Amino acid sequence: MKPRSRRDTWRLLVLIAPSLFWLLIFFLVPLVMVLVISFGQRGTYGGIVWDFTLSNYARFFDPLYLRIFGRTAGIALATTVICLVGGYPMAYFIATRPPRWRNTLLLLLMIPFWTNFLIRTYAWLLILRDQGLVNMVWTGAVHNLFLHLATAYPAATLFSSLAGLTSVPLELFGTNGAIIVGLVYAWLPDMVLPCYAAIERLDFSLVEAAQDLYANRVKSFLRVVLPLTMPGLVAGSVLVFIPALGAYVTPDLLGGAKSIMIGNVIYSQFMSARDYPFGSAISFVLMAIMLIATLIYFRLGSD
Amino acid sequence: MSEHAVELVRVDKHFGTVVAVDTVSLSIRNGEFYSLLGPSGCGKTTTLRLIAGFEMPTAGQVYIDGELQGETPPYRRPVNTVFQNYALFPHMSVFQNVAFGLEMRHVSKEVIQHSVFEVLEMVQLPGMERRRPGQLSGGQQQRVALARALVNHPKVLLLDEPLGALDLKLRKAMQLELKALQERVGITFIYVTHDQEEALTMSDRIAVMNKGQVLQIGTPEEIYERPASRFVADFIGETNFLEGKVAAVRNGEVAVEIGDALLVYAPLERDAVVGDTVVIAVRPEKISLSTTPEDPRALPGVVREVVYVGTDTRYLAELAGQVTVMVREQNLAEETARRLSAGTAVYVCWQPQSARLLRG
Repeated sequence: MKPRSRRDTWRLLVLIAPSLFWLLIFFLVPLVMVLVISFGQRGTYGGIVWDFTLSNYARFFDPLYLRIFGRTAGIALATTVICLVGGYPMAYFIATRPPRWRNTLLLLLMIPFWTNFLIRTYAWLLILRDQGLVNMVWTGAVHNLFLHLATAYPAATLFSSLAGLTSVPLELFGTNGAIIVGLVYAWLPDMVLPCYAAIERLDFSLVEAAQDLYANRVKSFLRVVLPLTMPGLVAGSVLVFIPALGAYVTPDLLGGAKSIMIGNVIYSQFMSARDYPFGSAISFVLMAIMLIATLIYFRLGSD
Repeated sequence: MSEHAVELVRVDKHFGTVVAVDTVSLSIRNGEFYSLLGPSGCGKTTTLRLIAGFEMPTAGQVYIDGELQGETPPYRRPVNTVFQNYALFPHMSVFQNVAFGLEMRHVSKEVIQHSVFEVLEMVQLPGMERRRPGQLSGGQQQRVALARALVNHPKVLLLDEPLGALDLKLRKAMQLELKALQERVGITFIYVTHDQEEALTMSDRIAVMNKGQVLQIGTPEEIYERPASRFVADFIGETNFLEGKVAAVRNGEVAVEIGDALLVYAPLERDAVVGDTVVIAVRPEKISLSTTPEDPRALPGVVREVVYVGTDTRYLAELAGQVTVMVREQNLAEETARRLSAGTAVYVCWQPQSARLLRG
């Protein structure tokens, strides 16, 4: 659509001015700043030496950082897959309830998110750490049960070995698993909501049509429901994958010292190492990867 | 092969406390064009869904080709459905839509290719294979839906108001085309509609339904000429209802007194004794008006309204200042259209066998 007159052009400019201004000041300018800094060098005392170098980008390909990035990508992918496998059926369930139930169920899904993100993540720390809720039951009730069984049936060695196993706490905290649990918990609604929107829009007479044409439940799902709700699934996956890839708080709290993600590396470059150029370079690489991954994904999903 | 394509034996379907289908029994013969006719909410679509397997009966049995269906899911029943909104798969081409059923039954690619082209030819949609349903007109989508079902050569084709979304002219053309198609392929059609004219035009037999029950089953002529109840007479076509009390029963004929000393006659088609409250139903086109009393049973009246409607003229005639009847007279010649005017004194009469005696 072309603006028909100068007046229309002006009206258009006035209308988009606020968002244009917002994007310019808070998105484009910082982005350019980060880009420029990423080609600089760290000064001896932490400042920025303004000369042009690609060494920061070359440094990203150091095995140390590649390994962290690999772990980050793995965690983000696992988070997305788990959210998908758990969130899609949840969305399907909600979308197929009678209309009066749907809003209630969606509300129940959202309620936990009225609590501050930091507090919710901290709660997981209290659940997963060595003296946490899970291990209290593990080394308490479960351990006692097996101890009891071992004394009752001394012949069964299984019980005594199980009693031995439960005497030490499970190593939950500080693992990739702990981070994934925290991330899935944090981003699940971002998967459920777009999937819900897609499934709710689905015309279920199409499912009946498929079944009428000899497709059983599995086939009618794969051939009709899944392709038609794919846009929601793709949107949900992107909405989960991107924040998970750049996660910082969750791995910081639940990953301990051993499991760190690329977000923590960027943080430490800016805050502890005071190497702004390297931190900027990692940020840019991460952004490029996210962009490429998203484009590929949308392309695949639109087929 | 069973004599009956579909049989329903005392089938009930309840949704919570709502009784959608109430002890319905139907026997639909092989190759028949069978219509389920009734107002919306009468249970006709639910009956169709019970045959398709989308709903399971609360009580009673559904047989398809002599086999008890029980809880058999829709994908194992030898029937196919043409849905009211067509339910074409929007993400598939016309070819893929039509091929879907064959593909699900693992028919070979060559056979699928051949069958799809053949059936698209039959519904007059050749060359549309690559289009998406969204790129087709309503009438074309309707044809794709038909092709998608017919390509499977089902035992029975179920059609749920398939012409409901089309405009009048297209609908009329499709009615004739569907009927011709049905005769050509020889498949049993079960056709759900609320349009009485559509049912009369196309069907071999019609089951008229209301409030979940089947009220009458018969050929279009039987349903139209000999309605079994006031509802059927009223729902199918136009009818004059004359309420009164039986005054005499003799010689296989019943005389009914309507209002004050106005006697009308009807064949005694059901038990009636003097004093019963009954209704006499007479179709408007069976009544004739004349200015002279040619028939001793003719009733005196006055023309109150004259409406010219092209093919015929409608009169409202008042009988003895008490009851009003509608009369339809075909405009055979131009001058007959303006034969009578409002206020003319007339004699109203009809053949006794044209009147139907119904329960009051």
